[in-house]
Amino acid sequence: MSRVLIVAEHLSGRLNRNATAKCVSAARALSPEEVAVAVLAAEPGPIAEEAARIEGVDRVLTVSRPENAHPLGQVLAPQIVELAAGYHYVFGPATTFGKDLMPCVAALLGVPQVSDLMAVLGPRRFKRPIYAGNAILTVEVPEGIPVVATVRIASWPAAGTRVESAPIEAREVAVELPAHTRFVELRQGKSDRPDLQSATRVVSGGRALGSAENFQIIYRLADKLGAAVGASRAAVDAGYAPNDLQVGQTGKIIAPELYIAVGISGAIQHLTGIKDAGTIVAINKDPEAPIFEIADIGLVGDLFKVLPELEAALG
Amino acid sequence: MKILVAYKRVVDYNVRIQVKPDGSGVVTEGVKLSANPFDEIALEEALRLRERGLASEVVVATIAPADAAAHLRNGLAMGANRAIHVVADRSLEPLAAARVLLELVRREQPGIVLLGKQAIDDDCNQTGQMLAALWGRPQATFASKVEVEGGWARVTREVDAGLEVLEVELPCVITTDLRLNEPRFIKLPEIMKAKTKPLQTLALADLGLELGPELKVLHYEPPSKRQKGIMVKDAAELVAALRARGLL
Ligand SMILES: Cc1cc2nc3c(=O)[nH]c(=O)nc-3n(C[C@H](O)[C@H](O)[C@H](O)COP(=O)(O)OP(=O)(O)OC[C@H]3O[C@@H](n4cnc5c(N)ncnc54)[C@H](O)[C@@H]3O)c2cc1C
Repeated sequence: MSRVLIVAEHLSGRLNRNATAKCVSAARALSPEEVAVAVLAAEPGPIAEEAARIEGVDRVLTVSRPENAHPLGQVLAPQIVELAAGYHYVFGPATTFGKDLMPCVAALLGVPQVSDLMAVLGPRRFKRPIYAGNAILTVEVPEGIPVVATVRIASWPAAGTRVESAPIEAREVAVELPAHTRFVELRQGKSDRPDLQSATRVVSGGRALGSAENFQIIYRLADKLGAAVGASRAAVDAGYAPNDLQVGQTGKIIAPELYIAVGISGAIQHLTGIKDAGTIVAINKDPEAPIFEIADIGLVGDLFKVLPELEAALG
Repeated sequence: MKILVAYKRVVDYNVRIQVKPDGSGVVTEGVKLSANPFDEIALEEALRLRERGLASEVVVATIAPADAAAHLRNGLAMGANRAIHVVADRSLEPLAAARVLLELVRREQPGIVLLGKQAIDDDCNQTGQMLAALWGRPQATFASKVEVEGGWARVTREVDAGLEVLEVELPCVITTDLRLNEPRFIKLPEIMKAKTKPLQTLALADLGLELGPELKVLHYEPPSKRQKGIMVKDAAELVAALRARGLL
C-alpha cells in the first residue's frame, strides 16, 4: 500500500485548484491508501480548505511560516522533504511552480525525478514525453526510493469537488530556511478572461497578426467565445502578446475542448502544447502550413478577412 | 568572477524525431547535432556579463562522449575562455549531471552557474534546480533578464502568472528562458582562435562520484496520431462545423 503527497500550488491566497485537482487524479491512478495535499504558505487557512474539498484527498497538511509567502523553490524544498517522510510518492504540477520546486525536492532526497508524468502504467512505471512530445518514454523508478514527479496537467482530468472536507492538520517543520533569495515582485497581466491553463476554449494568435494592435482581434474573438487567449512564441517575442500567453514546448501545455489557431504555422514546438486539445481549428492563408496536418477543421484564408466574418457569423 | 556554463549537445531542434521501430530509442545516426538552444542563450548571457565587466572568465562545460570536443570548440568560438569536457560514454540523467556539475563547481568556484532551463532532447527541466539544491545555493530559473550588482543577481523570471523578479545572493544558479537574449553568430576568425583555447578533458570515472539512482528506460514510442481533419471554405461553414460538433 502506498501514500502520495501532493504539493499544492497557490497564488494570492487562492489554491490553483485546476493543477492540484489534476495531480490528485494522477495520484488516484496509483490506487493508493492515502492522498495528502501539502499547503505551504504564510496563511494556509483558506487554501487548505479548498484543497480539503477536492474529491480523493484524504488529508491536508499545512505549514504556516512567513518565509512561505512566496513560492521559492529552495525555501519550500527542505520543508517538503520533512513532510515527505512516510510518503512513497511526492507529486507536484508541471507548471512553472512545480518545475522550479520539485527537482530541488528530488535532489535533497537523492532520487531522480519523473518530469511531465502523463500516464501511470504500474506502481513505479510511467509514461512521459520527450523531444517536444515527438516521442513517449516509458520509465521505471527503481525500488526502495520515493517517486518524485511533476504531473503533466494536460494529461489528466481534474478531480471533482465534494461537500465534506478532508481533515486539515497543521504541521511544524523544524528546518532552517535559507535567506539567500529575496522576492521583489510579481508583474501580472490583469485580465477578466478565463485562465489559459484551465479554459475549455482557447483562441491563439501567431506572427501573422503583425502588431499588438492587430492582436486585439484575437481578444475580440476570444471574448465572443468566452475563450482564453494564447499566442505562439513568435507573437510573444515580437511583443504582440505577453509571455504568460505562450503555448508550446517552452510555454503552456494546454488541453481545451476547442483550440483555434490563427496565423500560426504549426511548428513542432507549438504543436506539443496543444496535442491534447479536443478540437483544433486552424485559420491560415498558406494551404501547406503544417498546422493543417493536425487540425480537425482547417480554413485557408486571410485572417484579416476571416475573423471579422467569423465574429459576424457568431452573432 | 568566473561563470560556469553548462553546454549540452542535443539533436538539432529542426530535426523531425523518428522513434526506432523496435522502440529502443530515437534515430540519432546521421542526424544533425547542435548546442541545446537554451544553453546557447546561457553562454551568450555569460559572455555579455563578461563584456560588461561583471565577469572575468567564462568556462563552458559538457558531459558527453569523446566526439563532443567539436561541440565545445563551438562554445569557445562563441567566446568562452576555456572548456571542460567530462567524457562519459552514455548520457547522464539530471541528478547525475547535477552531481558532476557540483564537482566542477567545487573545483572552479564560479560566482554564477548558467544553464538552459531544459534540454530539448529529454525536456526534463531539472538539472539547474538539482545543482542549486545540492550546492545549497539559490536558484533563479526561467530567466528573461539578469542584472548583477553588489554580490547579488536580480533576475526576472517567466512564470505562468507573468513575470516574477527575484534577487539571489551569489554564488547562485540561473537557468535561462528563450527571451533572455539572442545568441551571436560564430565568426570564422573566432573558429580559428578557438582551436588554441584550453580544453580540459576529465574522465567521468576519474571524478570518483556516486551518481545516484537512475530511472530505468523501458520503451520509446511515437505519440498517438490525431485523426485526419476536414477543410471548410469560409467562416459560415466553420461555424456550422463547430455547431455540428456541439462546440458552440
Ligand atoms: C527551443 C525552442 C523552443 C520553442 N518553443 C516554442 C513554444 O513554446 N511555442 C511556440 O509557439 N513556439 C516555440 N518555438 C518557436 C517555433 O519553432 C516557431 O518559430 C514559432 O512557433 C512560430 O510562430 P508562428 O507560427 O506564429 O510564426 P510563423 O512560423 O512565422 O507562422 C506564421 C503563419 O501565419 C500565416 N499567415 C501569415 N499571414 C497570414 C494572414 N494574413 N492570414 C492567415 N495566415 C497568415 C503564415 O502562412 C504562417 O503559417 C520554439 C523554438 C525553439 C527553437
